[in-house]
Amino acid sequence: MTLVYLHTSNGMSKSAFEAVTYAKKLGNEVIVLTAGNADANTLATLGSFGAQKVIVNRAIDGSDEQQVSTWVCNHAANAENILFLHDVAGKAIAPRVSVRLKAGLVAGAVALPEMDQTIKVNVFSGKAFGFVKVNSQKRIISLLANSIAPEKIAEVCPVEEVNETIESSGIKILSTKKPEGNIPLPEAELVVSAGRGLKGPENWGIIDDLASALGAATACSRPVSDIGWRPHHEHVGQTGIAIRPNLYIAIGISGAIQHLAGVNGSKVIVVVNTDKEAPFFKAADYGVLGDAFEVIPRLTEAVKRFKLNQ
Amino acid sequence: MKTLVCISKAPDTTSKIAFTNNNTAFDEAGVQYIVNPYDEWYALVRALEIKESVGGEVTIVTVGPNEDDAIMRKALAIGADKAVRIDANPKDAYFVATQIATYAKTIGFDMVLTGKETINYNGSQVAGMIAESLGFPLISLASKLDVEGTTLTLEREAANGVEVVSVNAPIVVSCAKGMAEQRIPNMRGIMAARTKPLEVIPPAACDDLTTFATFGSPLAKSEVKMIDPNNMDELVALLHNEAKVI
Ligand SMILES: Cc1cc2nc3c(=O)[nH]c(=O)nc-3n(C[C@H](O)[C@H](O)[C@H](O)COP(=O)(O)OP(=O)(O)OC[C@H]3O[C@@H](n4cnc5c(N)ncnc54)[C@H](O)[C@@H]3O)c2cc1C
Repeated sequence: MTLVYLHTSNGMSKSAFEAVTYAKKLGNEVIVLTAGNADANTLATLGSFGAQKVIVNRAIDGSDEQQVSTWVCNHAANAENILFLHDVAGKAIAPRVSVRLKAGLVAGAVALPEMDQTIKVNVFSGKAFGFVKVNSQKRIISLLANSIAPEKIAEVCPVEEVNETIESSGIKILSTKKPEGNIPLPEAELVVSAGRGLKGPENWGIIDDLASALGAATACSRPVSDIGWRPHHEHVGQTGIAIRPNLYIAIGISGAIQHLAGVNGSKVIVVVNTDKEAPFFKAADYGVLGDAFEVIPRLTEAVKRFKLNQ
Repeated sequence: MKTLVCISKAPDTTSKIAFTNNNTAFDEAGVQYIVNPYDEWYALVRALEIKESVGGEVTIVTVGPNEDDAIMRKALAIGADKAVRIDANPKDAYFVATQIATYAKTIGFDMVLTGKETINYNGSQVAGMIAESLGFPLISLASKLDVEGTTLTLEREAANGVEVVSVNAPIVVSCAKGMAEQRIPNMRGIMAARTKPLEVIPPAACDDLTTFATFGSPLAKSEVKMIDPNNMDELVALLHNEAKVI
């Protein structure tokens, strides 16, 4: 049996469907565990991707990872594989479950197991990859989002609502600050990012316009967040966050290796830069040699025309 | 606060990433090691700031061979009080976490801080594994940490934004950007680091849960396609028809 734990308190993301698809392809029966008050009809849709059953624990809300770890372990006796997403929840829960069950963890898997059962992960901030072998009987995997395409193969599945109380870790949540952008950067499929080439914070209007025309999230290079032109949560790269969107548009960013470390997992990279020697062009799929202040408004208009004709 | 900060070495970011022994091991030839930036800039510096404001002691620990003493001296120069090196090659995250937790149990710490990940293996596993081994709560991906008595107030990344949480020590915290600013060691720090205690202890027995079987390097990107800056409709058409991302 493959057990999948999903954090569903903020709705069902595409990566949840990816996780269930991945689990199904491991070959065994798939049982999904989740906590909180997600609507049962929504949870039932996980059946379409191959889940046999969803068990939702209404007695815990999923925000206490220690509590979740205990609950997952309670259900893991017959599991050969235990799957998490390599997201905020998975990064905190999977290592605990690994220690508790003495089962090897493959953190940040980007593909299904190979013939020899090793699993591919990215290492050296995306500059290389490795294949991890698990030596224990049980195997724990945390899957990086955007690694597998969700496949609808069936209809809804039954949802079992349980009330299993578990001792809490003692962590009290005092408040939650919602991010300013509409689309959280780590999950965004389209990202518009800008660097020092924009000259000053007052010039970000053209970036915001392009992002909203595309329905993209915004990001920036480190110096830009360090000087305070943009908020820290937009900083991508080796010391910020790593993202893997389908499309990354880099505007006025030179493409230093530390910046690339955070974005080189993107499927398609577009670079707009005035310097034909900018290193970013070497990592790009499409390049535009030109001044952002002329090119970006033009690109925004082109995107709007395209959307109108869709 | 009696604080333990976990330190890992990491190749300097400009290092060439290559593998040897039939692609089963990282090629260290010519590689310059630095203190993993998340451990140094965020975990260690915040631990020092807390010590400076409420008192206590900051110990740093690493799991690694002889050569790693150089990295520990660098971290001592930034201001830690003493260093411990567990004398073994770090096999995987479980091995590292088991060694650190075993040591931490013998001493008893109020806080164990790690960086959110290392820039070489990017696993984000060690903090959670230490927390489980010690039976402590974990605050993962924290960007702020304040101490009042034995109560800690932290901000951490959550699925729906940033959560402000409070918890009592002892805890484990994995530290991300926002925690502190980088500190450059001064001459006095570097001199003092030479005489600070650096204890070397043997590793504890530990199961081998995972192994890196092989490594590889990504295929080179195909040549970039340059688009006329006056023809953004063409770019949009390519993104739609060829790249299929919009
Ligand atoms: C240990 C370490 C960690 C680091 N971590 C990170 C990290 O996580 N993320 C990160 O981003 N950086 C990081 N850096 C910094 C990194 O090395 C670079 O300094 C930084 O990415 C450069 O930012 P930038 O491209 O915005 O600015 P610059 O390098 O100044 O580049 C600006 C670019 O804009 C172009 N330009 C100028 N005017 C225009 C115009 N009108 N139109 C179009 N293009 C224009 C220029 O040609 C240039 O290429 C790190 C550095 C170190 C040492």
